[in-house]
Formats: sequence, structure tokens, C-alpha cells
Amino acid sequence: MSTVATIVQPSEIRIARRETRRQLLRSKTFMAGVIIIAFWVFCAIFGYRIAPHDPLSQAFPQLQGLSRAYPFGTDQLGRDVFSRVLAGARDILIVAPLATLLGVVGGTTIGLVTGYFRGLTDDVISRIVDAVLSLPLIVIAVTVLVALGHSTLTVIVVIGLVFAPIVSRTVRAAVLAERQLDYVSASRLQGERAPYVMFVEILPNVFGPIVVEATVRLGYAIFAVAGLTFLGFGVQPPSPDWALQIADNYTLLGAGTYWWTVLFPALAIISLVVAVNLVADGLARVFGR
Amino acid sequence: MLVFAASQLLPGDIGRNVLGPFASPNDVKALDHQLGVDRPIYVQYGAWIGKLAHGNLGMSLEYKVPVASLLGPSLVNSLKLAAVAFVLVVPLSIVGGVFAALRRGHWLDRLITLTGLSLTAVPEFISAIVLILIFGLLLNWLPVTAASPADADAVTQIRYLILPGLALVMVLFGYIARMARAGTIEALESDYTRTAFLKGLDTATVIRRHVLRNSLLPTIAVIATQMGYLIGGLVVIEKLFNYNGIGQRIYTAALNKDFTMLQSGVLVVGIVYLTATLLADILYSLLNPRIRYAGVE
Repeated sequence: MSTVATIVQPSEIRIARRETRRQLLRSKTFMAGVIIIAFWVFCAIFGYRIAPHDPLSQAFPQLQGLSRAYPFGTDQLGRDVFSRVLAGARDILIVAPLATLLGVVGGTTIGLVTGYFRGLTDDVISRIVDAVLSLPLIVIAVTVLVALGHSTLTVIVVIGLVFAPIVSRTVRAAVLAERQLDYVSASRLQGERAPYVMFVEILPNVFGPIVVEATVRLGYAIFAVAGLTFLGFGVQPPSPDWALQIADNYTLLGAGTYWWTVLFPALAIISLVVAVNLVADGLARVFGR
Repeated sequence: MLVFAASQLLPGDIGRNVLGPFASPNDVKALDHQLGVDRPIYVQYGAWIGKLAHGNLGMSLEYKVPVASLLGPSLVNSLKLAAVAFVLVVPLSIVGGVFAALRRGHWLDRLITLTGLSLTAVPEFISAIVLILIFGLLLNWLPVTAASPADADAVTQIRYLILPGLALVMVLFGYIARMARAGTIEALESDYTRTAFLKGLDTATVIRRHVLRNSLLPTIAVIATQMGYLIGGLVVIEKLFNYNGIGQRIYTAALNKDFTMLQSGVLVVGIVYLTATLLADILYSLLNPRIRYAGVE
């Protein structure tokens, strides 16, 4: 029986995968999201090189409006906003995905364990999850960052740790549905150990919801990192990070209309988060959630 | 229902435990014996809880005045801002969600859903910046700070709070509208709605009396859970608009390492959140006969 299963399954899986891929490629909103993200990833890698001016240089006239030399104007320290928008993709695209990764890996492990064992383990972990979720992320993050001192690594760890319980809920729900199925009992009767059943048998089957959850979390991670950076607890100067540019220049809004110093980095963040959400939306549709 | 309330309060207690360690300003080693911060953490924590039971939040390390005298007015300010945001967001998003549900599949539905989703994902300070640029500077309709002049009357105060309130609305709209839409669609597809139509009632009556009553229940639950976000959003928004609220207090306390203030601020946030959740539970059970009767038995 097992030989039959191994012959039939791979081709079925391949067909299913090809179908998934085709559906994704056909979705206009999904592809738009992918293209925007790809553009910003490109900027994150090559931004410093393709920028017309040095993003960190303060050698230019201050607060110049839009012109051919400075397409997005210059800020109050005489830096070229266009170059900074291009180069500013880097930090957020390092910090947010790493925080997401940490949260998803942690959350998946917790979700598998709580969903698989249930009982006391489940109760205890679920209570801790509730406790973490009862305070707003920004408040937790600010408190922890003050206590531990703020560095990029702390930001990643804090956001990852707060996301883990949230992700674990989704994974737990998916695992609870899976563990009823025959293949899980079959594997257990075969004498497989719990970690093997969880990670080798169940995990591949709950992969869809995890991928969807990961993209949704990435959106929130960008949200959180940008917010913390704006408050001064995230990415630190002199990075040309978008949120940092806004934090540097928003006080000018009251005094005069130097709108270009904040509008362009704001648009950059908006395009990134909307793109991530379009991708998440497309994935959720295809994985049927 | 009592058991439910207790289990709702439980996380608050754990949260306070988690915050206990921060009671010790480990970098303020220049010991302030008077403040008692050189005692072991658990002693301090015990003392803090003891004082708390008497309603004493302690002295601010930064300003040398009782924390409560600073937090009180800030909390009132924040509640004003939150109230403005709430008054704007609840009707807007419910109408939006129900409207989308009634036009399900129509391009307007897609537009409302996608706009809501995107707005939700955009960080609040970004939405706020865009709002300031449009309404504050381009159109010059609304003031760009939140703090109104000291002697301002209620209407002026509200005028100053509309922009920051709107920024919070933009984040919350998506969640609440999505829930209202899902609830309405479910109610529209149910048997009792079909029965109501078959009875010969006109569409407006069916929607008002049969659909809305059922579809808005889950929405109330979502609104309550968003309270947590709302408070977090206040930290950012109050800083951006330079508004003296609880978020700004927590932020400056964090910057100045004013631990008593930070601790009390976070505690107040926790309490406000739990109160909101409790209120929503009560409201939910009042509106939903099934839960109400189950609770009595």
C-alpha cells in the first residue's frame, strides 16, 4: 500500500503545485504586489549604487523643491530625498522579514506542540499567549526596548516574540483539524515519535495557512518596525530609512510646506505595505482560506 | 459569565507580573534609598502592589510629583481623542461593511474591501502625515496639531482632534468593516432572512430588523479587541500631533527612564483594555439572547 501511495502522490502533488502557481500568476493584484516588492528588494540591494547622489551626503542646498537635479527635493540637512528613498528600502527589508521569520518559526513550533498534545501543555501555553496579546505591541516593544536598550537585534527579537503567539493560534487551529485525519493515527501506530509526527507528517500539510500567515505578519512587521523607528526605538540614524526620514522632517510641516521631505518616504512605505497585502490576499485566495 | 470575566482578568495579572522586573531601574545604581529602589525586585513589587491597592501609584522619578497627578489629565485627554476616533469609525465602518455586503461581488465591494485592507496595513503615522498634507496644508481645513488653545470650547477642541482621530480611523476601518461585511453576508444567506423575504417584507425592513441585528454581533467583539490596538496607536499619534495624552506620557517616560511613570502608564493601559473588553462582553450578552439566557441558567 505504501508503494502505491509513493507512486501516486508525487505526480498529484506536482499537478496541484502547478495549478497553484498558475492561479497566482493569473491574479493581477498578486502580480502587482510581487512586482512592487521585487522593485524595493532591488533597491534594498543596489539602492546605494543606483542613487544619483550619496544618500548620506549633506553637501546639497537645504530644503530645495523639486528640480531636475533633485527630483524629490532636498531635506533640512541638505540631503537628496530621491536618493534616500531609493536607499531607504534596505533597513526595513532586513529587519521586518527577520522579525517575521523568527515569529513564524517560533509560532509554528508552539502551534504544533499545543495543537498536537492539547491538555495541560495547551492550557498553559494558551494562557501565556493571552497575556502577551492583552497589551498593544507598541507598548510592549517600547517597554522592553527601554529595559534592554535598543538595537536592531532587540527590535527583531521583540517583534518576533510578540508575533510567535499570534502565529501559534493559526497553526494550532490548522493542526487541530489535521490531527483527526487517518494519516496521523497511522503514523502514530507505526510507532513514530511525537516530534517526527509533528514536523515531518503534519507540518507539510499545514504549510498553506502558515505561508498566508507569514505574509500577513510581514505586513504587520513593517507596520511595527516603521512605527518604532518613527518613535526613535527602531532603525537608528544616519540610515536613510523611510520612517526615519519622516521622523526627521515632520516637524517642518507646521512651519512651512516642505511637503516633499515627508511625502515621498511616506509613499514608499505605503507602496510596500500595500504590495505585501496584495500578495497576502492572493495567497489566501489560492490556499482557500 | 462570572467565570468568563475572571478568565478575562487573568491575563492582566500575568501582564503585571511580566512588568514587575522593570520596576528595578538597573542602570540607576546610584541608589535612591529614599525611593527604596535598592531593595530586591520582589520586595519592591510587593510594596508597589500594596500601594496600588490603596490607589497610590508612587512618585514620578523624573518630575518628583505623584504619578497619578500627571497620568490623570493625560488619560482624560487620550479618552477624548479615542472617543472622537470611535464616534467616527464605528458608524463609518459599519455602513461601509454592510454596504459592501449588499453589493457583494460588485466593484464597489472590491473597492471598499481592498481600500480598507490597505489602509489597515499602512502605519498610522503615515496615514496621519498624508492627512496633514491634504487637509491641513493643501486644503487648510483643519489644524495640524492636536493640542487646542487652553481656553478652547468643546467644539474647537473636537476640531483639533479630528485629524489625529481620522488617522486612527483609517487603521481601524478595515478591521471593523471586514467583520461587518462578513457578518452581513452570513446573515443574508441564512434561513431566517429567506423566511423574512418570503413573508413578503420589503428589503429595508428585512435588513433593519433581521439582518443587522445578527450581523453586528461579531462586529462588536472585533471593536473591543481593537481597543488594544487603539491604545498602541495613541502612542504614535499623540507624539506626531504633540498631544498630551497617555501615549505621549508612556513615550516620554520610556525616553527618560522614568520607571514608576512607565509602569503605571502601562498598568493604566492594561486596565483600560480589560474594562473595554468587559464592557463589550456585557454589551454582547445584552444584545444576544442566546448568551444571556445561557448565563442565567
